[in-house]
Amino acid sequence: MSASARDLGAFRIKDAGRHTPARTARFTFDGKTYTAMEGDTVASALLAHGVHLVGRSFKYHRPRGILSAGPEEPNALLDVSRDAGRRQPNVRATVQEVFDGVRIASQNRWPSLKHDVGAFNDLLSPFFAAGFYYKTFMWPKEAWHKLYEPFIRRAAGLGEAPKEEDPDHYTSRYAHCDVLIAGAGVAGLTAALSAAATGVSVFLVDEQPEVGGALHFDAGTTIDGQNGYEWAQAAVARLKAMPNVTVLTRTTVFGYYNHGFLGLVERVTDHLARPGRDLPRERLWQVRAKRVVLATGSIERHMVFANNDRPGIMLASAARTFLNHHGVAVGRQVGVYTAHDSAYEAAFDLKRAGVSIAAIVDCRSHPGDAVLAEARALGIDVLTGHSVINTSGRLRVSSMTVARNGGSNARKIAVDALIVSAGWTPSVHLFSQSRGKLRFDEQNQRFLPDIYAQDCVSVGACNGTDDLSDLIDEAIAAGGGTLALTGENSFEWTGGMIGAAEGAGPDTVVKAFVDFQHDVTAKDIRLAVREGMHSIEHIKRFTTNGMASDQGKLSNMHGLAIAAEMLGRPIPKVGLTTFRAPYTPVTYGTLVGHSRGDLFDPARKTPMHALEAAEGAEFEDVGNWKRAWYFPKRGEDMHAAVNRECRTVRDVAGVFDASTLGKIEVVGPDAAQFLNLLYTNAWDTLKPGKCRYGIMTREDGFVYDDGVVGRLAEDRFHVTTTTGGAPRVLHHMEDYLQTEFPHLKVWLTSTTEQWAVIAVQGPKAREIIQPFVEGIDISNEAFPHMSVAECTVMGVPSRLFRMSFTGELGFEVNVPADYGPAVWKAIWERAESMGACLYGTETMHVLRAEKGYIIVGQDTDGTVTPDDAALGWAVSKKKTDYVGIRGLKRPDLVRDGRKQLVGLLTKSPDVVLEEGGQIVADPNQPKPMTMLGHVTSAYWSENCGRSIALALVAGGRSLVGKTLYVPLKDQTIEVEVTDMVFFDKEGGRIHG
Amino acid sequence: MLLIHCPYCEEDRSELEFRWAGEAHIARPENIAAITDEEFAEYFFLRNNEKGLTYERWRHIHGCGRFFNAARDTVSDRFLMTYKAGLPKQPIPTAEETAAIAEEKTVETWEATEGDAR
Amino acid sequence: MRKYSIFAIAREAMRAHKGWEAQWNSPEPRSSYDVIIIGAGGHGLGAAYYLAKEHGITNVAVIEKGWLGGGNTGRNTTIIRSNYLYEESMDIYEHSLKLWEGLSQELNYNVMYSPRGVMMLSHNVHDQQSFKRHINAHRLYGIDNEWLTPEQAKAYCPPLDISKTARYPINGATLQRRGGTARHDAVAWGYARAASDRGVHVIQNSEVTGIRRGPNGEVQGVETTRGFIGAKKIGVSAAGHSSVVMEMAGVRVPLHSTPLQALVSEPLKPIFPCVVMSNTVHAYISQSDKGELVIGAGTDQYNSYSQTGGLQIITHTLDAICELFPIFRRVKMMRQWGGITDNTPDRSPIQGVTPVPGLFVNCGWGTGGFKATPGSANLFAHLIARGEPHRLASGLTLDRFRTGRLIDEAAAAAVAH
Repeated sequence: MSASARDLGAFRIKDAGRHTPARTARFTFDGKTYTAMEGDTVASALLAHGVHLVGRSFKYHRPRGILSAGPEEPNALLDVSRDAGRRQPNVRATVQEVFDGVRIASQNRWPSLKHDVGAFNDLLSPFFAAGFYYKTFMWPKEAWHKLYEPFIRRAAGLGEAPKEEDPDHYTSRYAHCDVLIAGAGVAGLTAALSAAATGVSVFLVDEQPEVGGALHFDAGTTIDGQNGYEWAQAAVARLKAMPNVTVLTRTTVFGYYNHGFLGLVERVTDHLARPGRDLPRERLWQVRAKRVVLATGSIERHMVFANNDRPGIMLASAARTFLNHHGVAVGRQVGVYTAHDSAYEAAFDLKRAGVSIAAIVDCRSHPGDAVLAEARALGIDVLTGHSVINTSGRLRVSSMTVARNGGSNARKIAVDALIVSAGWTPSVHLFSQSRGKLRFDEQNQRFLPDIYAQDCVSVGACNGTDDLSDLIDEAIAAGGGTLALTGENSFEWTGGMIGAAEGAGPDTVVKAFVDFQHDVTAKDIRLAVREGMHSIEHIKRFTTNGMASDQGKLSNMHGLAIAAEMLGRPIPKVGLTTFRAPYTPVTYGTLVGHSRGDLFDPARKTPMHALEAAEGAEFEDVGNWKRAWYFPKRGEDMHAAVNRECRTVRDVAGVFDASTLGKIEVVGPDAAQFLNLLYTNAWDTLKPGKCRYGIMTREDGFVYDDGVVGRLAEDRFHVTTTTGGAPRVLHHMEDYLQTEFPHLKVWLTSTTEQWAVIAVQGPKAREIIQPFVEGIDISNEAFPHMSVAECTVMGVPSRLFRMSFTGELGFEVNVPADYGPAVWKAIWERAESMGACLYGTETMHVLRAEKGYIIVGQDTDGTVTPDDAALGWAVSKKKTDYVGIRGLKRPDLVRDGRKQLVGLLTKSPDVVLEEGGQIVADPNQPKPMTMLGHVTSAYWSENCGRSIALALVAGGRSLVGKTLYVPLKDQTIEVEVTDMVFFDKEGGRIHG
Repeated sequence: MLLIHCPYCEEDRSELEFRWAGEAHIARPENIAAITDEEFAEYFFLRNNEKGLTYERWRHIHGCGRFFNAARDTVSDRFLMTYKAGLPKQPIPTAEETAAIAEEKTVETWEATEGDAR
Repeated sequence: MRKYSIFAIAREAMRAHKGWEAQWNSPEPRSSYDVIIIGAGGHGLGAAYYLAKEHGITNVAVIEKGWLGGGNTGRNTTIIRSNYLYEESMDIYEHSLKLWEGLSQELNYNVMYSPRGVMMLSHNVHDQQSFKRHINAHRLYGIDNEWLTPEQAKAYCPPLDISKTARYPINGATLQRRGGTARHDAVAWGYARAASDRGVHVIQNSEVTGIRRGPNGEVQGVETTRGFIGAKKIGVSAAGHSSVVMEMAGVRVPLHSTPLQALVSEPLKPIFPCVVMSNTVHAYISQSDKGELVIGAGTDQYNSYSQTGGLQIITHTLDAICELFPIFRRVKMMRQWGGITDNTPDRSPIQGVTPVPGLFVNCGWGTGGFKATPGSANLFAHLIARGEPHRLASGLTLDRFRTGRLIDEAAAAAVAH
């Protein structure tokens, strides 16, 4: 695409800037189309067309322009979109690169940027002093939430949140390096060259598209006799060619965490017109660095004076960046207001580029001689000892009002832009995040790194180092190598002022903005102090200074100085607010990376999952497992399917996937002794070939887990746990084995996923599996209830359990996981031919409840003892030690009236209780009612022909036969307390 | 994210591989069945919760699986040392000793070994 | 104390707000007080206020090592609810919620209590059983909480993804409509101002370094960085530092201090109307009046007083948030921070007498202390004034760890809040 010079904007300066004119891009801003040059930021492109007004402030909706040329931008926050799904609010115009087709819109205005109804707030601003909302909106009581708050919420906020799911994807990488260098200006590049030459692995990271840092604007620096910016590009080319160096541009080190751990975000495609589909939008780097070099530079401060926020007023260094890097003049008649020499350099560059400089207003009486001489030589008016005390211009600054300090005869000077500088604030954000301690440099009024908490070092402007040769020496030393490099500059970072300038002094009522985005003025800070806010944290929170999306990069020091002055205390006594990660905002999607959808929390599936799905299973989430819930046949709802399954299992048989149960192999000569210590039961009496139901408590005596344990040999147990409990049970066992009972010769192995477990339950269970089982006799006599044996099933080495969670004759066939599907298929084929069914967890739950078998975690909740759960029989009275033996004897665990597990039968057999229903003795008592317990399990039992339930009830076992009540939302259900067995009370079927 | 030295693997690994396991050097009473309610509460619930130097247990759960002990400053989160389970409470090495240990050992990472070889 | 009102603001607007007085005094400490409260967070300042207001004890100092409200009061995600499971918990949190409802008027300070509703998502059968247990208990106890279908939940909170294909689909939710949020700093400031107005001294930047005890073991006062200050009674309300302070009196408390992190997004126009919590995926979120999405992350696993935590905790939380609300993937995290939470073994607070005469403790609020602020403060004042717990806090004693009568909200509160 080509464009004439005119299309590129009336404020483009011929031959200035570093962009290639041949490559252009078209974009829209609030619907109007503009042409930019590739390499432009949205800010530079708009300025090239003379567009300064780009946004409205948060509170007063004041017109705002572009203040900076970097990530510290508080004003120019725009809505940037590629398409409807790829719309991003609150994007800094000074960071977003223009690409062909990008759509830009202003925010926080209605109906339009030029005519914003919200600007009415500005007129009411005398009422809207800092923290005014704490003092009003309290009457009537309900009005805050119903009336005032909705109004405030609508007025607040900046951009519109995305409305569609983000179609882009994000990736992440982990990396280790010897040295990570944050910032690729002169200091960072020099440190990188120095470190790289020693052969160590180096990461050099910079947030801008090109390296160079301050050299983007500072055209006066030469290094090794070369123009600074060109030296930087050559240096980075050398670094990129080295195998031990990784250079990341458009990458922000956003967080410096513990133990040399850093978070980086790399912006991969946001600057591309047509990004490849396979490219991630952003990439999260998590880097563990042995050493960190912070070369993060410094940020220019604005001047705090009346109406210092009009569009067209910007930082001097920003104006210089727009000119020297982008080839754009920020105005034709530019005023300068400064407390620091560096703004002079901006004026000189602009003047040389043909821009008229209205005047340099310097609030200092004695600027540097060199800059004064050069200003004279260039014919620029300099007013020393003067201040800008006001500005005018509604949507763009049109004049500055200048007065001699302490004098009264103010005069207006027409300008179309006003560039300002109060000096430079070292960027100590990352240093501070690393928990380093800062010291206050009294002479130069700035905080600098002092005590390091991690292996890191600050170099250059962020360390307060001014002189370029000092800076180079410091950076070479930080890199750990040697290097011959010389440099010259006239630039100084020190000096300037912090706090309110003349004209925004203590007695004024003017709006002199400290924090632009949040509309915090000098007088707001003074008000906070007057109201007793003496800590900088209180001042910050009361005024919201520094809490906007730029996190106080420009405002913090000014705010602090104003507060300190008002308090009459030195700055360090007032304190500094904590610098928190991230340095600049980070996209959630980047932090999430691949952890979404199926990869958010990968589902665990059993080996037979696909076969069950093919049979029409509905699945439920249990922990992170997917378990077959029920198997509806055509036309069946859940209720019908479960009723059929329940009936079929008891009439014929059913096949159930029990693979998710946790399995731990406990092996070794002391295995029985170990289990004796970990379970309440006695295990030494269990003979090989037998299994037993075990209860595990923690030291506190509450039920922790349960499961059937089979003894395969003297020294080998096959332990099963609950589905959700396996990892924590193994951890618990390992803890005791390694640290309390290390003398025991026992080995623990998780075997949960090694075995596929096929439960066959019901009167025909034996007949179903008989043909497949090889090597053992499974007759009732040879292999009675609670037996276990190793055998082969269909030629596959297996473990066969005779056990039951249904109360029926039952077997659990354990085969190696890979053989699960084949064995399942064969068993199911035969079972189906005999009239059996597949059943899922819901039927399993109903059948076990019919028998009064508990589910740990449903019928118990971490406050239930074995005795409470009617499992007192499983607690050995003979053992002298096991985990829980002491906890169980504590006063509250042995008192009368504890909640005990009992059965409940509704007086109306058709009514099924609600699980979680609360139980009372008197449903008519006033609230708060005395609750006796709650319903833990409740089902329709097709086999009993009525509803059944289990419940924890205070003193429950003594209430058997009594009537209690379960008051639900719309009815109260009358119940009778019963024992826990509802079906086959004699228990004969299990031995069938 | 912490970087933790496993005294069994003799490697510095990321916290993601470890599980914290509470205060160290709290022995389960030998005669636990016979202790008083107060002694049981003390054993099971009361912890020093030190601000500053603390002795604690970690488990390299996604590594070797071993429990081990560590001395860490809970204000800076800096590890002063780690040592194997079963050893008595270890004296804290001096700054010079720590430096000497750090000098000896280099972090072995995939990028430092395989990565270079590739 | 000058009353705050719209008229006062109007009057001040006419004179550049020069007439506002300091919200609280910053006096030199007296040589002794009837009561010293250690820790000027919401709980401590509130207790001082209620001591003065309800018990007539005004010779009270609140001693703070940093700036008032600078601990967990100023670091939490401001969620208010009372839908806890056990009666001991319902008692104190519901007492608190009732005080929240009138707190702005009580203190003449707009704490911005916003009953926008707290929704807790149910993702599976187990969640549903647990939530129904809560709801039934709440109804019989007189606490509002109701069950919503997924469609009703979506109607109340439109950004919610209720599709069946989600990794953890939503099968329902509970909603406590009186639950919501409040402005955390304002709570500390409001109590400080109201307490100060009744003669309470708020002494900041003074660290307690010791607790002096008399011949019978009773408390006599505190050693501080500004010297000794006498006291007949001492109340410790020092959150994450409670065990450090209690140790000075030789009392051990069953606490773990762990980092808890939170984060906010850039400010956005209103998109999120209520508070949503999910225990299963471990996340909770609301939107502040300034427009920031306020998101609570989990606790780090280890003891620490560093007020920082690992990035992996933040990323894991955002995984969950973006799973529940996929439209938020392009939203940006603006600020993250950490606090130190004091967690008990049963995740319920400790408020009661101690073995040391004259020493009272209020701690163990873990990740949920903000919502309890008015209630806890009110009952703590009662405890200190009367020397014995109020009926509503009688189960929160230290002794429960001896007897085993725990209030185990741990299972019910698997996610921090």
